Amino acid sequence: MTQSLLLQLSVAVLFLPLVSFLILIFFGKKLARQSDVIGIFLNGAALALSVTILYAKVNFFHDELLNFTFTWISLGNVTLIGPLKFDLGIMIDNLTAVMLVVVTLISFLVNLFSSKYMEGDIRFSRYYANLGLFSFSMLGIVIANNFLSMYIFWELVGLSSYLLIGHWYEKKSASDASKKAFVVNRVGDFGFLIGILVLWANYHTLTYEGVYAAIGSGMIPFQSAWWMTASGLLIFCGAVGKSAQFPLHVWLPDAMEGPTPVSALIHAATMVAAGVYLIARTFPMLTADALMVIAYVGAITAFISATIAIAQTDIKKVLAYSTVSQLGYMVMGLGVGAFSAGTMHLVTHAAFKAGLFLGAGSVIHAMHNALHHAHDHHTDAQDIMNMGGLRKKMPITFWTFVMFTLAISGVPLTSGFLSKDEILAGTLAYGSLTGHMLIPIIGFLVAGLTAFYMFRIVILAFMGDHKDPSRLEHVHESPLAMTLPLMLLAALSFFAFYSLNPIGASSGWFFHAIERPATVVPLDMAAASTEIFEEALHHAHNTAMLFSLLVAGTGILLSFLTYHWKKISADAVAESMAPVHKFLLNKWYFDELYDATAVAGVKGIAALFAWFDGKIVDGIVNGAGSVTKMGAVVSGKFDSIVVDGFVNLTATVAGTFGLVLRKVQTGRVQSYIVFAILGIVVLFFFYRAV
Amino acid sequence: MALHVSLQHFLIVSAVLFSLGLFAVVTRRNAIMVLMGIELILNSANINFLAFSRYNGLQIDGQMAAIFVIILAAAEAAVGLAIVLNIFKNFNTVNVDEISAMKQ
Repeated sequence: MTQSLLLQLSVAVLFLPLVSFLILIFFGKKLARQSDVIGIFLNGAALALSVTILYAKVNFFHDELLNFTFTWISLGNVTLIGPLKFDLGIMIDNLTAVMLVVVTLISFLVNLFSSKYMEGDIRFSRYYANLGLFSFSMLGIVIANNFLSMYIFWELVGLSSYLLIGHWYEKKSASDASKKAFVVNRVGDFGFLIGILVLWANYHTLTYEGVYAAIGSGMIPFQSAWWMTASGLLIFCGAVGKSAQFPLHVWLPDAMEGPTPVSALIHAATMVAAGVYLIARTFPMLTADALMVIAYVGAITAFISATIAIAQTDIKKVLAYSTVSQLGYMVMGLGVGAFSAGTMHLVTHAAFKAGLFLGAGSVIHAMHNALHHAHDHHTDAQDIMNMGGLRKKMPITFWTFVMFTLAISGVPLTSGFLSKDEILAGTLAYGSLTGHMLIPIIGFLVAGLTAFYMFRIVILAFMGDHKDPSRLEHVHESPLAMTLPLMLLAALSFFAFYSLNPIGASSGWFFHAIERPATVVPLDMAAASTEIFEEALHHAHNTAMLFSLLVAGTGILLSFLTYHWKKISADAVAESMAPVHKFLLNKWYFDELYDATAVAGVKGIAALFAWFDGKIVDGIVNGAGSVTKMGAVVSGKFDSIVVDGFVNLTATVAGTFGLVLRKVQTGRVQSYIVFAILGIVVLFFFYRAV
Repeated sequence: MALHVSLQHFLIVSAVLFSLGLFAVVTRRNAIMVLMGIELILNSANINFLAFSRYNGLQIDGQMAAIFVIILAAAEAAVGLAIVLNIFKNFNTVNVDEISAMKQ
């Protein structure tokens, strides 16, 4: 197994989903079973190759960076600048290898799950084609070794998410949600693009290697520390959009309008992970100030969305806000410098969040069937208030769901405990090093909230008894194609896959494989070095674990007290804090705020431009039109009077002469003779000898 | 005063004859008369030829040309009379004014 073989394999992994997309988009409808088999098979092949790559990378090339670069466009020698060229290429380090497996695993399971969930859908083959495109785009981001191709695939992810969220575009809410996701993402991507342009303007290269080498040699953008921070934050804007961070988190809950397996894909592997991955990739060039902003953005996001999640009753909405909240954790983890913990949370979260969404899909699928049998078309199949007692009917879904919930709540022996605990320890260490204690406080608070609202779902949906047991008659466990992914993901939510030590991730292979990269920014701008941070982390670790166990336990206990044993009345609490409840129910009024400011502002500008376009631009165009028309009339007159007149005059003159001369042609030979004689006389007169 | 006949007298006679012939050609309505006018013109030319022959050292060239012209005139009269005959057959007249089929 050589390095070049690994690179070739990774290219194969990248293009297999694209092949699936191309086959299905062109021939999907004509193939048997509308060809879900092709999607499943090709993604499965990509998964197998990815696992091979990860295994080989970690075992044989553990500390090596596999890199392949080629020149895409060479601009030659540009005056005043020198040689300019655009390099593209791929790169595999341990993070890439892990991400390859995460992306292909989740897409494979989602493909498998969808074969039953989407059965009978009118655009079945297109759905599968778009899944392929989505995986392809995300894999492109993962294996890129430069900002340019990352940006290209970044936009492709935006496009494919638009296509999939709007899969049921006949529904107004779905098409609105897809547009919202796209537009909100574009806002973030704009910052990303400016960041890339700043780097290009300064370094004339966009490969990570080239940019970091240039920064490492002391060339900071525009010779200003401020720009160094700003370029990092501008690129972070892209992550804010894709990973649904405050203030651009509003699209993610709306994206629930897409099919549930797509939500699993978006929330676990192919979209929101991109933002966190971007931060991880740009980590070396982020200054201490930039990292602080990132940490705060993550903390604020985590807090806001966790509070919103408590008040929601739609199972997918709760999960959506929990995703936003967990993404906040990851971003916060990366921001405080807990690099391995943040990326590990990305991976563990991918497994259990995909599981939660697929579990929710399974529940919704069953609820739909049951409501359909009961001829009930008014009850919302996604509202957890309409569920209850599903435990006995859907045992596999229930137990796997419990496993995922334990993992996301950070209960020991789960994968979520390992990563979340490390992030919390990181925030505590950061707080002790820099004095920003607000971040660990929010971190622990959100951990408690997460445990609370996740168990709220489990209790309300699965436990207790249904209000109307007859409704449950037609609820059945989902078929194997749907439960198999759930079981697999539940297994992956155990600690053993990430670290053999159940209470500390730092000794596991993951922390060993993915270490915090050395910073390249000048030392006076850099965050605390890895050594100092590790030292602080070491001190914070036990406290963090104790606290995280405490808050998770409290959250779970409160949840059971409120919803299972009914010791605390949720309604009474909600009523006693009616304004707060309303505030949370309406998602902090973010949508209304954006409607009133950004959307209204854009609409105002649009109206202004429409006016400008309608009055000024059209006026100029119409003016030019009338001037031309007048010119045409003038030249038309000139043509018909002067030119035609001249031509007609010539004809008339010729005609008149003809009329006159015609008289001469009498047909009488004698008169011709007379003229001939006269002519001769005249000639004689002219040529007479002088 | 001795009557001396010089070249000029011949030329004057010839010119008068030419003019009369031309007058006949131009003014006569009858095609036969026109042909006769043409004969007059040809003969005036013959007078010139002979006169120049007589007053230029008795050279034979002029007389040869005159004889050639007489032959031509005979041929011309034959062709001309044939045409006139045909015209008469077609138009039933020999009045040249009425033979104007080419006139518009």
